[in-house]
Amino acid sequence: MAEKKLMKGNEAFAAAAINAGCRYYFGYPITPQSEVPEYMSRELKKAGGAFIQAESELGAINMAYGASAAGGRVLITSSSPGIALMQESIGLLCSVQLPVVIINVMRGGPGIGSIQPGQADYNQVTRGGSNGDYHTIVLAPNSIQEAIDMIGKAFDLADEYRNPVIIAADGMLGQMMEPVVMPEPKAALTEEEIPVVKPYALTGHKNKRDRHAINSVWLKQELLENYINEYWPKYEKAERELQDWESRNLEGAEVVFVAYGSTSRIAMEAMEMLADEGIKVGLIRPKTLWPFPVNAFKEIDFNTTKHIISVELSQGQMIYDVKLAVECKLPVSLINRVGGMLLDPQEIVDRTKKIMEVK
Amino acid sequence: MATKKVFVAGFGGQGVLLIGQMLAYAAMYEGKEATWMPSYGPEMRGGTANCTVCISDKPIASPLVTTCDVLVAMNGPSLDKFEDMLVPGGHLFVNASVIHYKARRTDVNVHYVDCTHIAEHEVGNGKTANMVMLGAIIRASGVVSLDIMDKVLAKTMTGKKEKLIPANKTALSAWKE
Amino acid sequence: MKPVFEYTKGMRETELHYCPGCTHGIAHRLIMEVLEERGDLGNCIAVSPVGCSIVAHQYMNVDMMESPHGRAPAVASGIKRVHPDSPVFTYQGDGDLASIGTNEIIHAAERGEKFCTFFINNAIYGMTGGQMAPTTLIGQKTTTCVDGRTIEQAGMPMRMCELISCQDRAVYVERVSLDSPANVRKAKSAIRRAFKVQDLKLGFAFVEFLSICPTNWGLTAPKAMEWLRENMMPYYPVKQFKCPEEVKEVK
Repeated sequence: MAEKKLMKGNEAFAAAAINAGCRYYFGYPITPQSEVPEYMSRELKKAGGAFIQAESELGAINMAYGASAAGGRVLITSSSPGIALMQESIGLLCSVQLPVVIINVMRGGPGIGSIQPGQADYNQVTRGGSNGDYHTIVLAPNSIQEAIDMIGKAFDLADEYRNPVIIAADGMLGQMMEPVVMPEPKAALTEEEIPVVKPYALTGHKNKRDRHAINSVWLKQELLENYINEYWPKYEKAERELQDWESRNLEGAEVVFVAYGSTSRIAMEAMEMLADEGIKVGLIRPKTLWPFPVNAFKEIDFNTTKHIISVELSQGQMIYDVKLAVECKLPVSLINRVGGMLLDPQEIVDRTKKIMEVK
Repeated sequence: MATKKVFVAGFGGQGVLLIGQMLAYAAMYEGKEATWMPSYGPEMRGGTANCTVCISDKPIASPLVTTCDVLVAMNGPSLDKFEDMLVPGGHLFVNASVIHYKARRTDVNVHYVDCTHIAEHEVGNGKTANMVMLGAIIRASGVVSLDIMDKVLAKTMTGKKEKLIPANKTALSAWKE
Repeated sequence: MKPVFEYTKGMRETELHYCPGCTHGIAHRLIMEVLEERGDLGNCIAVSPVGCSIVAHQYMNVDMMESPHGRAPAVASGIKRVHPDSPVFTYQGDGDLASIGTNEIIHAAERGEKFCTFFINNAIYGMTGGQMAPTTLIGQKTTTCVDGRTIEQAGMPMRMCELISCQDRAVYVERVSLDSPANVRKAKSAIRRAFKVQDLKLGFAFVEFLSICPTNWGLTAPKAMEWLRENMMPYYPVKQFKCPEEVKEVK
């Protein structure tokens, strides 16, 4: 096993991408993710890749679009307002079915917001702000090690589904340090391998095949409808096969927390504190935000559980997915902070007790 | 071992973040779980800086610290603001080089460390003041062992920084209760 | 018998959707003929814009992709990182390049990106139906300035060659015109020089083509050519702004 290293989240994200065979990164500084472009500017060249500090987030995602169309394995990262700027091209990447991995190191919003950790981009990453019908696969790690592992998986999923994959991280995960182990490194595709592994890629037709055209515009609407219906089953497949979650202590639980990312760790500490007081709390931690792990809610012990609580750093965004998954079988409440403020375990404990009294 | 929580606070530039990182490295090389989390703000120099370190034998849930077992106050405002976070019986380290008054708390172990003076006069390198403080934290609180610091220094001070290892080692042992 | 003229293999055998008299067809063919001469049709990767030429990939026989409005230079920068030795170009109109995409083109130029940009300036938004472009001339009537563009309301028209040539790493900048057979031949030479600059990795190469839009100008094609000469050429002088020594002899 490789040696444990103490790594800052943002640097670990970058290192994990290079480790997964990513050789193209286009970045733009924004707090709290700026260590990613800093790291890539130093390290990507050593790995034989290319880094550009783009003129804007619009530039960055469109460079990613070009490099992905050309067959490269591409990462881009930003934080909330920067991801907002990229929305147009995220929809476009879905429309032309190109892979790219995007990490959102979320901060407080809306608008320019704060630079402290947030989760108020839940709707932005799971629904998207681009036009038209599309989905992005969204993974939500709660530790730096899990982020490293998910980044490797995200590149493979992006290639398999030919679709952008978003990692929903946050300022806490980006800025903190934890001991981590890098998995076995993967080689990048060589120029000869690209046309074989990614037959859609633009590599030049070499006078041996018809020219490739990557197009997002359809002048005949019936053809566009056919095209969408042709690739839509991949999203249905994702909903069936990709749901991922961690559940804890659901058997006999009076209350079940639903929390993802950094917030899930704070919720876990609150669970232990409540257990010390004799209150049994379970946890469902979505590891995929899209598809939302509705199957996890079948594990709930409906004989004992009386309350579901969505714990989020947003004004009640994930709670709608939780309610859909609970299918009105139990009341669903919210424990939250917003604007870049974090929940602390004691606050979760106090608010949980209050919710239990009222009902 | 239950999770030990350490809070280090001071001005930017005092090596506050580094003290915390060295503790996290030490814990990792001792085979423990560790988290290090900085506060971060828009100012690059001279603002307030603080970081939290959690050390445990078990996986660490929340890396946040609302109460701590060890508090390191590198300046007066940090002492005033964070003194109450310390649990009774905890260890409070006061940077006596810049804080010229006594701590309010009487239910904790207070250690006054004149780290700049010790660094300048006993180590012979004023830049090692934060390492003098780190040595005091380790020896008085025992959150990690002093022995592991040889490995931490060897792993973190490489290349051009390698020549600084002897001075840092001296600094880690310089403070006396 | 030896053929004296053949349809270029660079153009796919399909009908163009452009309006009668439009100069896009000429510009397309010139670029494709140059790539064919160079034996580069199989190596080239190109980016089309948003605008009338959005589906240029239906006509040009090279690997090609669309770009979001204005972002073609960023897209091409990404392509060029993956295939640094393939000839790459963007083909962009005035709304795309000189309005929504000004940021991307200036930064690609200043980075000295090793691709070529072919800029079609017809002083109007064509695809959306004849609105004012950043390059619309003072007094020129469009659907968003029905009494003619005024300085007070919309400022002065953007001169992109002049702007791009201020960037040190834009090493080749030339404005040509598609209004006459002689100028069309000169335009083709400019395209050859632009690709040569890219071969030699000297820096960014930019060619602007003064073009017509008979439909939205409300003129016949011959009248539109006259209008171009009388109105566009005085404000947008046809000239070579910058040319490296290494490609000066390329005709």
